[in-house]
Amino acid sequence: MGGGIAWSESVASNRTNQDLPVIARFDVRYRNYLAPDGSINRPLPASASDAKVLIALYRSMVLVRLFDRKAVALQRTGRLGTYAVSLGQEAVSPGIASAMREEDVLLPSYRDNGALIWRGVKLEEILLFWGGDERGSHFSGPTNDFPFCVPVGSQAPHAAGVAYAFKLRKEPRVAVCMFGDGATSKGDVYEAMNFAGAHKLPVVFVATNNQWAISVPLRLQTSCETLAQKAIAAGFTGEQVDGSDVLAVRAAAEEAITAARDGNGPRFIEAVTYRLGDHTTSDDASRYRSPDEVQAHWKKEPIARLRAYLVGQKLWSKLDEERLSAECNERIEAAVEHYLTTAPRRRETMFDHLYANLPEVYAAQRRELAGGHDA
Amino acid sequence: MPEVTLVEAVNLALGRAMEDDPSVVVLGEDVGINGGVFRATVGLQKRFGPERVLDTPLAELLISGLCVGMAAQGLRPVGEIQFMGFIYPCLDQLVNHASRMRNRTQGRLTCPMVLRTPHGAGIRAPEHHSESTEAMLAHIPGLRVVMPSSPESAYGLLLAAIRDPDPVVFLEPTRLYRAAKGEVEDNGEALPLDRAFVLRDGRDITMISWGAVLKETAAAADALSDEGISAEVIDLATLKPYDEDTVLRSVAKTGRCIIVHEAARTGGFGAEIAATVAECSLASLLAPVTRVTGYDTIIPMARLEQHYMPSVDRIVTAARKLCQFR
Repeated sequence: MGGGIAWSESVASNRTNQDLPVIARFDVRYRNYLAPDGSINRPLPASASDAKVLIALYRSMVLVRLFDRKAVALQRTGRLGTYAVSLGQEAVSPGIASAMREEDVLLPSYRDNGALIWRGVKLEEILLFWGGDERGSHFSGPTNDFPFCVPVGSQAPHAAGVAYAFKLRKEPRVAVCMFGDGATSKGDVYEAMNFAGAHKLPVVFVATNNQWAISVPLRLQTSCETLAQKAIAAGFTGEQVDGSDVLAVRAAAEEAITAARDGNGPRFIEAVTYRLGDHTTSDDASRYRSPDEVQAHWKKEPIARLRAYLVGQKLWSKLDEERLSAECNERIEAAVEHYLTTAPRRRETMFDHLYANLPEVYAAQRRELAGGHDA
Repeated sequence: MPEVTLVEAVNLALGRAMEDDPSVVVLGEDVGINGGVFRATVGLQKRFGPERVLDTPLAELLISGLCVGMAAQGLRPVGEIQFMGFIYPCLDQLVNHASRMRNRTQGRLTCPMVLRTPHGAGIRAPEHHSESTEAMLAHIPGLRVVMPSSPESAYGLLLAAIRDPDPVVFLEPTRLYRAAKGEVEDNGEALPLDRAFVLRDGRDITMISWGAVLKETAAAADALSDEGISAEVIDLATLKPYDEDTVLRSVAKTGRCIIVHEAARTGGFGAEIAATVAECSLASLLAPVTRVTGYDTIIPMARLEQHYMPSVDRIVTAARKLCQFR
C-alpha cells in the first residue's frame, strides 16, 4: 500500500536527518541594564553613565507622558482627533532618537511622538497633526525627517530608499525606521530589510514590541520566539532589548547607528515593552486584556524605573521632580494654547501642495472652492 | 534622424536623463545586466554602473517604496515594474505615500519619482501580463498618469516625467514596443505633460484615445475618410490630469465624440471624458458621446484576446452610427 511506503520512507529520512551536518546557527542577544526596581544588572555603557544624558532622557520621558495625558484630555473634550498614546513605552522613542545625529533621517510610526519631540518637533505641531491639520507635518526639527506613518510598516521601504541615497552619495548618514510589532507581520518590512541587508545600507530598523497590535496579541502575530530574529532572514543582526529600560534602548541604538554609519550595514532592534494604555483614544483595551495583566506591567514601567535609579544615585530629588512637572506642564499649556488659537487654513489651500504647479483643470476646482470668499 | 522603435526611444530617454542628471537612478527587476525583459534599460548599467542602474529583489512593493524614500532624499528614481499585472502591490505606496508626500508635509518633502510599466494586451502574453487598469491610477489625486503612443512621444514624455517634480506613472504600450517605429532625435527635448496632442484634424467627429489602441483609432479615421467622414484624432497622452480644454474644443467643432480605450468599460477613463463632455458641451453635441472599449471581462488569454480589443471595425461602425445624427 502507498501509505506503507510513505511511512517507511519518512522513518528513513528522519534517521538520515540526524546525521546531516549543521551549516548555520544563529543567536539573538538580549540587553538590559536597569531592573524594574532601578537597580543595575551590569556595568553601564559609557554614555549611560553620564548623569547629564540620564537626566535628559528622564526629562523627555516625563514630558511625553504628561503631553500624552493632555492630548487625551483634549480628545475627550472634542478638541483633538483620535490620538495614539505611548503610555508605558516612553523609553523607546528618546532612547532611539538620542542616539541619532541631526543629519540622520527618522521615519517614525504614529506612536513615536517622543522621537520627534527629541528631534525638535514642536508640541503644537504634533497637536496640529492629530487635530487634523497638515501643517503639523510641516514641522520644525530636521527637515528631512518623515511625517508619522499611519499605514502600518509602509515606511520601511522608504527607509531603505533613504539609506540607498545616503550610500549612493557617500554621506555618513543613517536612516532610522520605527514601527510596531504588528508591522513585522507585513511584507513591506521584510522586503525593506531584505534589500537593506543585500546592499549593506545604513539603516536601523526598530520594532517597538508593545505586545499588542490593537487587540491581537503577539502570539497570534507570530510564532517566532523573538521579533529580532526576523533580521536573520535578511542577513544581519537583530538584537532584543528591554524596551522599558531607556539605557538599554539607547545603548543598542548607539551601537547600531554607529555600525550603520561606519558602513557595516543595517541592524534590527526589537524593544520589548508594553502598551499600558489603549491603542488609541478610539480603543478600549479592557475588551481584550485583563486588568491583572496590565497591572503586572505597571510594575516594570520605564519612568519609575529610571527615577528609582536616579534617586538611588542622588541625581534626582522630589524637588527636581516637582520642578520638572511644572516646567513640562507650562510648556504643554503653551503648546495647547498655540494649537487652539491656530486658525484653520482657507479651504482652497487643500489644493496648494497637491502638485508643484497646480494643473489648470484643478486650479478651476480651487477657484470653485474659494468661491464663497475673496480668493 | 535615426529611426527607432518605441522601446528604443524609452532607452534613449533614460540614457539621456541619466547623462544630464546624476541624481537619476533606474531600478527594478532585471533592469541591470539583462537590460530589462523588454530591453528598455539595455546598456544603461554598463554606462552608469550598478549603483545607478540597480537590480532589485523580486518585490514590487519594495520598488515603489524605495522610489518614495529615494525621491524624498533628492534622487530622481525611475522604477520599472515588469508588467502592469504586477503593479498592484505598488498601489499602497502610490496612494498612501507617493501621491501625497508633498501634500501631507505641505511641501517639506516631495516625491519626484517615475514608475514605468508596460501596459495592455495584444502581445499573446501569459495571464496577468496584459492589464490595462490605467483608470484606477488616474483616480489618485496627486499622481500623474502618462501614456505615450509613438517613439517620439515615448522619448519626449518620459524625459518630461523624469524632470517633473511630482510622481508620475508612465504606462508604455507593450504592443507598440517594437511595432511602432519613428524618427527620434536624442536632443534632450521633452514634450509637455498634461497636454493632449491632436494627431489629425477633422470636422465631423472627435476620436479620443491613448496608448496602443490609437493605432486602430487612426486606421479607423483613414477608413472613415474614404467614406467622406472627417475624423479628428486626439492622443490624450496624459490621463491625470487630462487636457479637458483640447477635448472640449474639438467636440465643440465636430459635435460628435467617440472615446476608444482598451481597458474594460465600467469605470474606465472613457467614462470620465464622457461625463466632462456631457457636463460642459451638451449644447454642441449632435449625437450621444460613445465609447468603444474592451469588454467588462477579464482580459482573455491569447486565443481570444483579439476579440476583446477594440477593432478598427468596431470603431468605424460606431463612428458611422454617430454620423447618422444630424
